[in-house]
Amino acid sequence: MSDTSYIKRPNRPLQVYAVIFLVVLYTPVLFIPLFSFNDSIYVTFPLTGFTTKWYAELWTRAPVWNALMNSVKVGLSVAVLSTLLGVVAAKAITRHRLPGKSAVVTFIMMPLVIPGIIFGVALLVLMSRMGVSLSLYTVSIGHLIVCLPFAVATLLPRFEGFDPSMEEASADLGENGWWTFWRVTMPMVFPGVVASLMLTFTISFDEFIMAFFLTGTDPTLPMYIWGQLRFPQEFPSILALASLILFVSFFMVFLAQWLGRRGLDEDI
Amino acid sequence: MTSSDAYISIRNVDKYFGTFQAIDDISMDIAEGEFFSLLGASGCGKTTLLRMLAGFESCSSGEIYIDGQPTSDIPPHRREVNMVFQSYAIFPHLNVADNIAYGLRKQKLPRAKRQEMIDEMLDLIALPGYGKRRANELSGGQRQRIALARALILRPKVLLLDEPLGALDKQLREQMQLELRALQRQVGITFVFVTHDQEEAMTLSDRIAVMAGGRVLQLDTPLGLYENPKSRDIANFIGNMNFFRGVVRRDGSREGAIDVEGLGVIPVPLEQLTRPDGAPVQVALRPEKFTITPDEPETAPRVAGKVRDSAYLGERSHFYIEIPDKEEPVAVSSPNLTRNDRKLAEARTGKPIWLSFSPESIVILDAE
Repeated sequence: MSDTSYIKRPNRPLQVYAVIFLVVLYTPVLFIPLFSFNDSIYVTFPLTGFTTKWYAELWTRAPVWNALMNSVKVGLSVAVLSTLLGVVAAKAITRHRLPGKSAVVTFIMMPLVIPGIIFGVALLVLMSRMGVSLSLYTVSIGHLIVCLPFAVATLLPRFEGFDPSMEEASADLGENGWWTFWRVTMPMVFPGVVASLMLTFTISFDEFIMAFFLTGTDPTLPMYIWGQLRFPQEFPSILALASLILFVSFFMVFLAQWLGRRGLDEDI
Repeated sequence: MTSSDAYISIRNVDKYFGTFQAIDDISMDIAEGEFFSLLGASGCGKTTLLRMLAGFESCSSGEIYIDGQPTSDIPPHRREVNMVFQSYAIFPHLNVADNIAYGLRKQKLPRAKRQEMIDEMLDLIALPGYGKRRANELSGGQRQRIALARALILRPKVLLLDEPLGALDKQLREQMQLELRALQRQVGITFVFVTHDQEEAMTLSDRIAVMAGGRVLQLDTPLGLYENPKSRDIANFIGNMNFFRGVVRRDGSREGAIDVEGLGVIPVPLEQLTRPDGAPVQVALRPEKFTITPDEPETAPRVAGKVRDSAYLGERSHFYIEIPDKEEPVAVSSPNLTRNDRKLAEARTGKPIWLSFSPESIVILDAE
């Protein structure tokens, strides 16, 4: 008998599989930062030399900044709204006797599996029928639908993970629902709220399909990138931009995951 | 007790969850300053009743009065009733002092006064200087005391305790029982205590309501429950009991009697014997009411038996004794007063022995 348990014993084939999995998944993505430092407008091997001029050029381009600001505006409002709705939904699901609870949860999670193009077309038809002109507001509505399931999925374990008698204890000690929420519920689920904000911001920031259907005259950053793909001379700058987005997204998602899980085990 | 001096008065209370009836027409009164226990197995409705007192569940019908006030329309946060939860529900994001002072927000006390009250509570629960500790640094017993302090600092009219000692190990539990009882005498607040542990209820309570199936089977002092159980269920739930079939004998004279299987005719004063001649009854006798002697005693009633099994438990020995005309053996508990008693326990298996008891120690119950 080895001194490690059956489950924890190292498993060679499994390790190899995991490595192959990650390599296949991320190698294509790694070409983007690689070519963003290449001193050529053509994305071909062999690499011709190291340069940061694409990043410098990006810095001076006004439409990029404009699109970035649009994406940040949409991302922030979508993050705040979807997290707010997510908190309300998670509290209702975990704390109240809700008829048809599992059906409600299924419907909330549905946008995860319904193709974005269907929601995009549906919203576009709805907006034009209602005579609403396309703008960043319509994009935000589309993003809200995409982000809400992620917000609920992040917050639900937080709400499930703490003893409902905490809230009862607060009521018992004289606090009404409002104060109980701010003095007990919110501090207990706070890491989940931060994680949800970061995750939904990232998703909104990177989202393309909804934006494609619902953008008016102000492009979001992915829409801007899409528009620039027609011009070969712009391509290296787009690679530079994509690399930056990639890096920030990775960072945000990792942070959100870490925050979401932190303290979940010890609190109870 | 009349309902005029009742501090908590529960009147014809029912509670339904859907079609399931958790509380079935309960009425009872609890006096001010009393240590009152709700005792029963899980699912008997004791916790539901406690949560109704706290305001977390409403009455389906009936009314609960606390200090003369009907409580139906008072939400939990406006009841002058506090609770110690089974899980303690100590807020993990606050330190000990902030946990204890949680309910003081609305009183808007000056900082010094607030601190004084916290320190007073920490002294009361024998954890002075623990104010800055975080909740997750505390042991189970310490959490339990913090939960007590957090409730008591508000000077509630009633303190509700939901199996607060259930999560503690045996030794700590016994220590906390004594502390809890002393604390209740010190603060003089009415305690309503929920437990499934009959020994715990006996140790702590002034009175106990034994519950099953949403009803109160018997409400009595620990002594009353033990010595005069009203039914076979109660007798079995509180301690151990031997049951014998019997028939009432009244021949018109001043003395009545019961003809008990295996034990013979036992004289019973007529005032205890409300049933007519020939009525079937059950006679119950606690194991420790028997005296075991190797030779035939002179006192009556007495019966000869044979030891089938015995167990030496240190301060006492248990015997299972076969007697003529009775199927199940009689359980007898005998104190080991001298060292020789132990030898008796060991040596007597399979040997004849004499049992005797006082006629006053029998309990007469309805026949099954």
